[in-house]
Amino acid sequence: MTVISDPPSKSAKRPNRLFRNIMAKIASIPMVVTALVVFVGCTAWTITYSFTGSRMLPKTKWVGLDQYDRLWDTDRWIISIKNLAIYGACSMILTLFLGFCLAACLDRKIRFESAFRTIFLYPFALSFVVTGLVWQWILNPDFGLQSVVRNWGWESFTFNPLNDPDTVMYGLLIAGLWQGTGLIMCIMLAGLRGIDDDIWKAAKVDGIGTIKTYVVVVIPMMRPVFITSLVLIAAGIIKLYDLVVAQTGGGPGLSSEVPAKYVIEYMFRAQNLGQGFAASTMMLCSVVVILIPWAYLEFGGRKRG
Amino acid sequence: MADLSANTASGPRGPKPKRTFSRTNIFLYGTLLLVAFYYLLPLYVMIVTSLKGMPEIRMGNVFGPPVEVTFEPWVKAWSEACTGINCDGLSRGFGNSVRILLPSVFMSIVIASINGYALSNWKFKGSEVFFTILIVGAFIPYQTMLYPIVILLREIGLMGSIGGLVLVHTVFGMPILTLLFRNYFASVPEELFKAARVDGAGFWQIYFQIMLPMALPIFVVAIILQVTGIWNDFLFGVIYTKPATYPMTVQLNNIVNSVQGVKEYNVNMAATLLTGLVPLVIYFASGKLFVRGIAAGAVKG
Repeated sequence: MTVISDPPSKSAKRPNRLFRNIMAKIASIPMVVTALVVFVGCTAWTITYSFTGSRMLPKTKWVGLDQYDRLWDTDRWIISIKNLAIYGACSMILTLFLGFCLAACLDRKIRFESAFRTIFLYPFALSFVVTGLVWQWILNPDFGLQSVVRNWGWESFTFNPLNDPDTVMYGLLIAGLWQGTGLIMCIMLAGLRGIDDDIWKAAKVDGIGTIKTYVVVVIPMMRPVFITSLVLIAAGIIKLYDLVVAQTGGGPGLSSEVPAKYVIEYMFRAQNLGQGFAASTMMLCSVVVILIPWAYLEFGGRKRG
Repeated sequence: MADLSANTASGPRGPKPKRTFSRTNIFLYGTLLLVAFYYLLPLYVMIVTSLKGMPEIRMGNVFGPPVEVTFEPWVKAWSEACTGINCDGLSRGFGNSVRILLPSVFMSIVIASINGYALSNWKFKGSEVFFTILIVGAFIPYQTMLYPIVILLREIGLMGSIGGLVLVHTVFGMPILTLLFRNYFASVPEELFKAARVDGAGFWQIYFQIMLPMALPIFVVAIILQVTGIWNDFLFGVIYTKPATYPMTVQLNNIVNSVQGVKEYNVNMAATLLTGLVPLVIYFASGKLFVRGIAAGAVKG
């Protein structure tokens, strides 16, 4: 047993007493408080109170799963989920597809690469509120795109997604893609640059065409990049709120409501806290459903491999 | 060039294009130009609309350049536009946003840099557990934590005030910034830290004299990340402040989406552009570092 000689550098890393490293512990207090009080405490609080009949103020009147039953019986919630599913599926596929295509285009040794990249990424610096308001204006039926095309002579041209309940989510999608694709393009570009030059040479020697090389060789190699992008896009989709508030306000009617908006409406406007808590717990569940397989792929595999 | 990771130094890959006007090249540049057009259109529309008078907008073409350039919408958006009963324009929201931004950015970066330093150099029992909670916490939808935080802020008397919002931004900026700093400090050679320890330097001495001066680039990245993030925030602003302390994004939304009065599209677009100006300036001025910032935010190190 080597109890006597404990080198100082090791003891700095592996303390076994409370007062070892006391400064580091004091300095970490904000982090510990944040982790325990906000991330664990507040989340647990909300989940707990989603089983109560709280209305204007949080009360501990337990009602079991009543709030959840009521939630899934509410049309507005069902509409919100459906809307988010449409938006999410389209946004996921299109962002990945466009992000990859743009990155691949930029990776073809083109001129003005940095200019193009600057243009594709700048919307990401803007807030969803700004994004929503600009596209609301461009898609304005009386003065925007529709009226311009009609003035060109195509009188019957109709493109008015924001006032049509059936297509309003696609109007949001146009704005959402405009804002978010640049980020995914940047991540994909970094992934493409990480692929060894020899791969390209080998593909060329074997006579495989450029597009086929991308599909057969490069994309499978970029699996981790795609997974990261997927998680990022999914996390963004569940959070979708600002864009809807700014661009459509949930309208026309309830046709562009989303879950995040439902939560806030019920918590802060309708004074039905229990519903808000139940809905936000459902949002949390959806994140968990996405995160667990990802964490398993990312970390579970690495530990064993 | 704004490269994302270390192995990007060798530049673009792929076979060299043979001729300048080959069919692939025309297709390639055509696609890129078309997409660039879609990306630039909203910025262009914002600018031209904000420089037109209302009569021109009513009869004219949303994409056409202004016949008569007027800066009146800008003045009006800045100092006269109404939200509810207040008619002092976006200047109030701008002031609030600045007063929220400066302390939030400062506090979140100070705390996160010390956290990151402690986590990479002074690991203690349980430090990794808290860090994991922090990172997992970054994925929890904010909606789950909104209401309990209202209660907490009410308890400490900061609900509705700028101080409360600063606290919220500091807390929610912590996961990503801590990750950023932890990864940076972990890449600093350990010998440097050990040598300083042997020389008898303590926690704070090593932080201020060795780590801080070396970490300046990552501080800039963190500042960019936080300034754009906090400036663009809408959710926390709308929940944790009251009309007198609304940040710029919330006030902008209230001005443009207000149902009373005649819609003045040129003023609305001027207001939108004004709100987007701060992050845009940061984006175009920082270029490469902005990309590093979002890459750090996006790809786990």
